[in-house]
Amino acid sequence: MSFEWPWQYNFPPFFTLQPNVETRQKQLAAWSSLTLSFCRHHKLYTLDVMEAQVSPVFNNKSIDRKLSTDAILVVFEELRKKGNLEWLDKNKTRCLVMWRRPEEWGKLIYQWVSKNGMVNTVFTHYELANGDDTEGEEFHGLEEWMLIRSLQALQTDGRAEIISMDDGKGVKFF
Amino acid sequence: MDRFTWSNGLLEMNETLVIQQRGVKLYDGDDKAKLDVGIAMLSTHQLLWRDMKNHECCIAIPLSQIVYFEEQAAGIGKSAKIVIHLHPTLANKEPGPYQQSKFSYIKLSFKEHGQIEFYRRLTEELNQKRWECTPVSQPIPTATSSQTGRKRAVGIVGIERKLEERRKETDKNISEAFEDLSKLMVKAKEMVELSRSIANKIKDKQGDITEDETIRFKSYLLSMGIANPVTRETHGSGTNYHLQLAKQLGDMLLAPLEERGGMMALTEVYCLVNRARGMELLSPEDLVTACKMFESLKLPLRLCIFDSGVMVVQLQSHSEEEMIASALDNVTEKGSLTAEEFAKLLGLSVLLCKERLFLAEKMGHLCRDDSVEGLRFYPNLFTSHAS
Repeated sequence: MSFEWPWQYNFPPFFTLQPNVETRQKQLAAWSSLTLSFCRHHKLYTLDVMEAQVSPVFNNKSIDRKLSTDAILVVFEELRKKGNLEWLDKNKTRCLVMWRRPEEWGKLIYQWVSKNGMVNTVFTHYELANGDDTEGEEFHGLEEWMLIRSLQALQTDGRAEIISMDDGKGVKFF
Repeated sequence: MDRFTWSNGLLEMNETLVIQQRGVKLYDGDDKAKLDVGIAMLSTHQLLWRDMKNHECCIAIPLSQIVYFEEQAAGIGKSAKIVIHLHPTLANKEPGPYQQSKFSYIKLSFKEHGQIEFYRRLTEELNQKRWECTPVSQPIPTATSSQTGRKRAVGIVGIERKLEERRKETDKNISEAFEDLSKLMVKAKEMVELSRSIANKIKDKQGDITEDETIRFKSYLLSMGIANPVTRETHGSGTNYHLQLAKQLGDMLLAPLEERGGMMALTEVYCLVNRARGMELLSPEDLVTACKMFESLKLPLRLCIFDSGVMVVQLQSHSEEEMIASALDNVTEKGSLTAEEFAKLLGLSVLLCKERLFLAEKMGHLCRDDSVEGLRFYPNLFTSHAS
């Protein structure tokens, strides 16, 4: 299934940061959703600003427009504010993209657990992310750091507890 | 031939030899002169002719005596000639080889060619009229020159003298130039008077002037000038001056503003006003101060300052909403527009069109595409499309 670009992608002004505040908000919202859906489609968890510049998301060759580095940073900052992005370094060159926030992931996992009647059971992280049972689920193949984040989110809600085991980590759902 | 005088063949101090040509024979009109073949010499001041063998025999004619001259091409057995037509003899002329002649022209016959170059240099000299220049070497009564009797142009004294001369020359030039200017001022006043009287006549509808002609004439007058401009002299300085000025500006700007769609950049206003005022030029500062008073005076104009700092004079009736709407319409129709394209479309200045587009953008009707190809405006699909 190929990625479907939003209509804005072929609209040249999309690639210029709009000075009008209201317009800019709409523009940034569009950029945020485009970035997230692109990452989700390609299952990307980290982004590099330098690489982003040449990636097709920010560089539309068919209309010969690309988003400037400054504007990319603005978009990323917007994502960070919404909780979808985290910088990996102080210089802001690499970042984690969370096209689902940890809480959302946690919710998905918990739904699956309760649906299958496995509340009060213990899982290893590997079982959850790569086990045969979860195949076909959206969180299947989730990166370790993301999994831990989502489980931590569940833990604060009091619906799970992360436990250390001999060979790795596990989690118990309530 | 009777215009020639005997000469010693020496040049004046400020005179220089331009060209000389051997083998030239003189003609008195169509007749051969009773002189042998000689050398024709052209200097910056005169035309000289010297006998080839008898160097004592030398005659000259000042260049100022020449009316015009023409070439006569060579033929079989005939040399090329230059025919020189001369003014009548001067009363106090010094003696020459001919006492009188029935011809008013002479010919130079070039036996050994060279007529083309000679002709060219002669044309040049007559155009430049270098003999008219005040001789730089005119003796100046200084201590040194009175002692030696002749001018010494060497050493520091010489340099100083040269500087002095140059300064005097500049002084003279400047005063001459200003003399012209004051004459012009007198004439300009007359012109203003004239235009005022014509304007009055038109007002009274005297004479057989049609409505159409009246309008055309009035537009000429407008571009010619304001008949009685408000000046600091007539209305004093300070607020009153600016008030009166604002009133006058309000009157004169209405028509051009309507013509230009209700808006003019202040620079444009400045040019228009000062062209109309003629001599009584207005300073930019006074103009701005006067324009700021439009609204308080309840005049149908207003000074509007855009975010970019560009100032324009607008008609009060000119509404921003309309302007924005028209900008949006135009952009929507064309898909996208640059300020230049928009200006072409409306026939307005690029600056003003840019302001309109910016304004429409500010109101959220347009959005921009800033690329290497320039700034281009699109309808704001961000707000209209999604929601």
